[in-house]
Amino acid sequence: MATSGVKIRRHAPWTPYAFMAPFLVVFLTFVIAPALLGLWMSLHDWDFMLEHRPFVGLDNYTALFDSTSAVFEMFWNGMKATAVFTVASVPLLVAIPLGLAVLLNRRFPGRTLFRAVFFMPYVLGVAVVGLLFRFMLDPNIGIVNGLIDLVGLDAALGALGVDWPIPWTTGQPWAWISLVAMTVWWTLGFNTIIYLAGLQDIPSELYDAARVDGASGWQQFRNVTLPGLRAVLLFVVTITILASANMFGQALLVTNGGPGDTTRTALIVMLGEGLESFRMGSAAAMSYLLAIALGIVSIIQVLAMRERGRPRWRS
Amino acid sequence: MAVLTRSSQRQEPPAHRPAAHPGRGAGSVAGRGIFWLFLLVLTVIFIGPIIWMFLTSIKTNPEATSVPPTFLPDSPTFGAYEDLLRLDGSYPVLRWFLNSLLAASLHMVLVLVLASTAAYALARLDFRGRGVMFVVIVSTLFVPGFVFLIPNYLIIDRLGWLDTVWALAVPGAASAFGVFFLRQFFSMLPGELEEAALIDGANQWQIFTRVVLPNAKPALATLAVLSFLSNWNDFIWPIYVLFSPEQLTLPAGLRLLQGAYTTDYPVIMAGAFVASVPVLILFVFTQRYVIEGVSRSGLKG
Repeated sequence: MATSGVKIRRHAPWTPYAFMAPFLVVFLTFVIAPALLGLWMSLHDWDFMLEHRPFVGLDNYTALFDSTSAVFEMFWNGMKATAVFTVASVPLLVAIPLGLAVLLNRRFPGRTLFRAVFFMPYVLGVAVVGLLFRFMLDPNIGIVNGLIDLVGLDAALGALGVDWPIPWTTGQPWAWISLVAMTVWWTLGFNTIIYLAGLQDIPSELYDAARVDGASGWQQFRNVTLPGLRAVLLFVVTITILASANMFGQALLVTNGGPGDTTRTALIVMLGEGLESFRMGSAAAMSYLLAIALGIVSIIQVLAMRERGRPRWRS
Repeated sequence: MAVLTRSSQRQEPPAHRPAAHPGRGAGSVAGRGIFWLFLLVLTVIFIGPIIWMFLTSIKTNPEATSVPPTFLPDSPTFGAYEDLLRLDGSYPVLRWFLNSLLAASLHMVLVLVLASTAAYALARLDFRGRGVMFVVIVSTLFVPGFVFLIPNYLIIDRLGWLDTVWALAVPGAASAFGVFFLRQFFSMLPGELEEAALIDGANQWQIFTRVVLPNAKPALATLAVLSFLSNWNDFIWPIYVLFSPEQLTLPAGLRLLQGAYTTDYPVIMAGAFVASVPVLILFVFTQRYVIEGVSRSGLKG
C-alpha cells in the first residue's frame, strides 16, 4: 500500500471504522443478513402469511428431489428451462463478441462510435427490450415475419417444412430462438467491451514476432490472441453463465413462460413460489440449490479451462 | 486473482490506448469494402430496433399493425404520447417517470457516499480487520443476486418499506463492486498529495473530501452512471416490492401497460420509448465513463 511505512500518526484509531460504518450498516442489513436469513428460512416451513413457522430441517431441500412432492415438477421444469437457455446462449455470447472485439480492435475511423453503437442496447432495461421484442416478434403483425415475407424468404422456409407465419413467441423451438437472439442483441456489447480491454493488454510485439515467423491471420488469432485472452475468456464465460442463470424478464415479458411451461425459468419459478405463493422457506431452498448448482458449474468450468488453455507463448 | 494484481499496477486506462496492431488485414479495396458493409449491416441490426420503437410510437394503431409493414409513418402523430399522459388515472406514466428518477438518483447518491467512504478506509487507512472486511465484501460479488431477493423482501417488510422508494434505493446501495472499483482507483493516487495535506494539518476527513475525492472524479462519474443505469432499469425487484399504481417505476409500470394495452402497440412503444430516452441520452453523454467502467469490471475476476 502506498501509505504504509510512514511513522507519523495519521488518524485516531476509530477514524477508519467511522469511514467504514455507513457502508457496513447497509452491507450487513441487506447483504449479510439476508444471506443468513435465507438459510434460516430454508430450514423452516416459512409461509409469509402464517404465524407459525415450524423448523423442518432439510425438508424443503429433500422435497425438491422427491418426485412425489408438489414442487418437484415445477422446480425441475424451471431448472431445465434455465439450463436450455444457458446452453444455447452462452456459446453465442462468448464467441460473437470475441469476433466483434477483434474487428473493433483494428484502427479505422469511427471505431469509438461503432463501439458505442454495439453497446447501446445494453443500456436499455429488460422491460423496454421485452416489450419491443414482443411487438417485433408478433407472428401476425411483427416486423420480423414482415421482413421475412417482404424478401420472399417465407417460400423458402415453407419448402423446408416451416409453418407460416412463424410462431416466434408461441411455438417451440421458435420461442427459445427468440429469447436467445434478443438476449444476444441486448447484452453482446457488454462482453465485447471486456474483450476489447483484454485485447489491448496483449503486447503488440507478440504479433510482430508472429508475423516475422510468417503466421497467417488465423494462426495469429489462434496462437497469440486466444492464449493472451485466457483470463478474460474465463471471466466472460463465468459472468455470462451467471447472467443466463438469472434469466427472468425476457421470458416473463415475451413468452410469458410459454408455450406450455417450456420457458418458465428457474427464477420465475422461485420468485413465484416465494413472492406470489409466499412459501418463502421452499423458495429460499430453491435459490440456494440453484446457487450451489451454479457454483459447481463454475468450478468445473474453471478447472476445464485451466487444463486446456495454457498459453503457448509462455511455455 | 492474477488479473487483479496486474490491473492494480496498471497506470493508464485501457480505452484510450491505440490499437495494438493497426490496419491488419484491411489492406485491399475489396477487403475494406466488405469490412464497411459488414459494419453497416451490424449497425442497422443494433440501432434498427430502437428506431423501430420510436417510429411505431408515432404511428396510428392501424398503421402500426398493418401487413405488410410501413417503415416511415404516413402521417406522424403524437397521439400515443397524449394517450399516455392523459391516462393519469390508472396508468400514470409521468408519475412513474418521476418515481424512477427519484429512486435512481437516491440510489446513485447512496452508492457514491457509501462506496467512496468505505473504499477510502480500505485503500488508504491502516486498521485491524481491514483485510478480512475487504475479502468478505469482494466475495459477495461471486454470490448470485437472486439469493438475496426473498429474504430481503422480508427485511424490507419488517422495516415498513414495501411500496416505498426506500425499498428501491437502499438495499442495493452497499455496492461491493463500487467499493472494489473505487478502492483500486484510490490506491493508485500518489501518497505525496496527502503527505502535503497532513503537514498542513488536515485531518482524514479533509484529506478525503478535498484531496482524494477531487482527484477521483472520473472514477466517481463512472460509478455514478453505472449505478443510476442499473437502478433505472431494474425490473425484478420493483415488480415485487411495489403494489400501488402511483408508486411504480417505469419498468414495473411498462409491464402493467403491456397487460392493459395488449394490442395498442403505439401506446406500448411510446411507454417503452419514454423509459429509454433518459438512459440513451445519459449514455450518449457519458459513454466514455460507461465503457471505461465495464472494461474495468472485467478485471474483477
